[in-house]
Amino acid sequence: MRKRVRRRYASERWFRGFGLAAVAISVLFLAFLLYAMASKGIGGFSHYEARLPIDFARSDLFLDPATLHGPDAAQTVAGADLEGVISKAAAAAYGASAARMFGDAAATRLGEAIVANPDVLKGQGMFWLPVSSQVDIAAKGESDTASEQLVNALQQKQALKRTFNGRFLTASDSTDSSSVGVWGALKGTFFTILVTMALAFPIGVLAAVYLEEFAPRNRWTDMIEVSINNLAAVPSIIFGLLGLAVFLNTMYLPRSAPLVGGMTLALMTMPVIVIAGRNAIKTVPPSIRDAALGVGASKMQVTFHHVLPLALPGILTGTIIGMARALGETAPLLMIGMRAFVAAPPGGIADPATVLPVQIFLWSDEVDRGFVEKTSAAIIVLLLFMLVMNGLAIYLRNRFERRW
Amino acid sequence: MSLGFALVAVLIAAAAAGWIGIARARGLRAAGRLHSLPVYHGSYAALWAAIPALLLLAAWAPIQSRMVNQAVLSSPEGKALPAFEMQRDSILSEAREIAHGEREQGFNPESSTIAPRIREAERKYTLIGGAVALLAALAAGALALRRIRPDFRARTGVERWVLIVLFAASLIAILTTLGILLSLMFESLRFFRLYPLHSFLFGLEWSPQTALRADQAGSSGAFGSVPLLWGTFFIGAIIAMLVAVPFGLMSAIYLTQYAPPRVRSWLKPILEILAGVPTVVYGYFAALTVAPVVRDFGLSIGITSASSESALAAGLVMGIMIIPFISSMADDSIAAVPQSMRDGSLALGATTSETIRKVLLPAALPGVMGGILLAVSRAIGETMIVVMAAGLAANLTLNPFASVTTVTTQIVQLLTGDQEFDSAKTLAAFALGLALFLITLLLNLIALRIVRRYREQYE
Repeated sequence: MRKRVRRRYASERWFRGFGLAAVAISVLFLAFLLYAMASKGIGGFSHYEARLPIDFARSDLFLDPATLHGPDAAQTVAGADLEGVISKAAAAAYGASAARMFGDAAATRLGEAIVANPDVLKGQGMFWLPVSSQVDIAAKGESDTASEQLVNALQQKQALKRTFNGRFLTASDSTDSSSVGVWGALKGTFFTILVTMALAFPIGVLAAVYLEEFAPRNRWTDMIEVSINNLAAVPSIIFGLLGLAVFLNTMYLPRSAPLVGGMTLALMTMPVIVIAGRNAIKTVPPSIRDAALGVGASKMQVTFHHVLPLALPGILTGTIIGMARALGETAPLLMIGMRAFVAAPPGGIADPATVLPVQIFLWSDEVDRGFVEKTSAAIIVLLLFMLVMNGLAIYLRNRFERRW
Repeated sequence: MSLGFALVAVLIAAAAAGWIGIARARGLRAAGRLHSLPVYHGSYAALWAAIPALLLLAAWAPIQSRMVNQAVLSSPEGKALPAFEMQRDSILSEAREIAHGEREQGFNPESSTIAPRIREAERKYTLIGGAVALLAALAAGALALRRIRPDFRARTGVERWVLIVLFAASLIAILTTLGILLSLMFESLRFFRLYPLHSFLFGLEWSPQTALRADQAGSSGAFGSVPLLWGTFFIGAIIAMLVAVPFGLMSAIYLTQYAPPRVRSWLKPILEILAGVPTVVYGYFAALTVAPVVRDFGLSIGITSASSESALAAGLVMGIMIIPFISSMADDSIAAVPQSMRDGSLALGATTSETIRKVLLPAALPGVMGGILLAVSRAIGETMIVVMAAGLAANLTLNPFASVTTVTTQIVQLLTGDQEFDSAKTLAAFALGLALFLITLLLNLIALRIVRRYREQYE
């Protein structure tokens, strides 16, 4: 008897242990995922710069300092062969193997320096320029031997330093991994989410109000309810197919534009908002409605003056969660062509653009090893956004949600 | 000049009607008690001016684009265009962009000669549509304004409009569902005209590369969906569930039955973060970190065919993504079991784990099963993880270390290349989409029915 009890208690402990292990493993996995992304991505926010003496007087650069004033200066400098100048100067300073140690980002930086102070063109100058992604990877400690030797040589001359990579937050997509940035993708995300929000929130809230407060119990209402519940579970890629067939091929809306992306995501987010909205409206006690009706308000006034304001925190919480999901969505946007290479940040909702998750997907496909840490760095930016939005939702829930 | 101008004009007309309405109603206040506040009289006129005209504009926009096309094609320049539909469409879309000033010139020389025709036709039809809409706005607004009297029930009228707007908002859901079904079916029908239905449903070979030349090798253009469906099922319903069901279920049991409230209030949100991580992040993680480990493990236990794009890597990560989903579904259905059943079991001397295993779980089983079905439907529709980690080779295999492909992967693959819209390849993506939609719909309906029936049992 005692033995049996002991066995039963042992199995009790085992069972409990399994439960704890399941939770612990899930949490550990999350921690590992975040750690893996953070440890790889943190490098993307910094890059190495090397010191480069350039003797403009002896280089064959045709740039007249006198012409470099006014708005056209950047255009003029961009047209000059700065890459050639940098390459020659690097070879002269650090040997022939260093000729290719600087990438596009260095030329851009040098151009900016020249525009800021055209007088450097008259003589010699000393510049700190970002190195190419190959050298950058070598300096961060994992690459082929040729680049590593170069890095060692540079470090001995103290011509290499690690700085914050400001370009990563201000530049857009590029073919050269040392000069890419997330700004274009962030702007595209902003426009897309703006369109989604402007469409999904009003429609979702109005539909929730109708279904909860006004809808008669009949076959129509049942159909609406079934299709909303079903839409919430339809795979997101199907919405992408819908956007492709309807918005692009029937309505001729611009391809790759935040407008179409936002509309597609709005269709996807709307059911989430409707369901959250209905739950929030349901929690408003009937006594509120009865009291308002009792003093002579019409049904519409009861709803819009009393029920909706009380349900708003709950609706907002659901909306933010839905928006966070739309923010991380990739597949439907691939369908409507938002995977195009877009080197300039979009200026409006009809310009070609890409969004952060799609940018991550595109970079993850690149062969160049410099993109690995950029991808992880972009993931960190995306996760930060998700964290902020979810934190906001939790704050709203705790701060404003009322228990009746 | 575009329909945007007409839109602004209509809105201005509506605002003016509203303002006049308010002013008139205020003037009437002196004559006696108003039934409705002046603002309702104003809104009544504004709504009448705006809504019919806006509906007209919305209906006109697609008609206009079709009529512009017809007008352009029947012009002498349009008749000179190549008759081949695909080429003509690309010239037309280029010309449209030139006409709107979005680009200077197109790749086809014809597009610049067509562009002025498009501009002309658009101007003509925009003028017609805009004028009709504006007239409608003015007429309806004027009619509404004439009805302003002290005893006129403007509020009731406004509320009727608001109700219509509310109803229309809720109709969008049905329209979306219909839109999905119709667009998928329409394109699928076109696909099945090019490719026989039974070969799609039962074909064992998937290689969508259609031949450019007749003698080209390795491009049979076979669209048999069985390997894709198997791959989808293998990753989403078998491997992912083998991970997600035990972990999710045990997490739910631990969190609801054992964990002290403080621990629970910390652990539950942390688990929910797992559900909030974007799928593209999981996909990257699966491809970069998990897949090499899985491949090396496969090689070390002697499976030489272990691929770096394995079903196992994608399935494992997908399973982890689903854990919080299963956990919260199980949580709900365990919580729905009446307390009296638990108390009864404990009173008979059963330990907590015996109560859970022998009483709570059997009672909650239908709900848990429904939750698992919903999770399967979500795993099947998941795209980014499999696109990034599962590979493209359509293998009909049971080996989890081999590369398999899924329906969603192939949809992305078929639609993201540079190809014309009418080819069998692009249309095949819609046929796959239809299959995916129907499968997930079926799973969802069954799951929802199970969950609902189970809830009724205890209520």
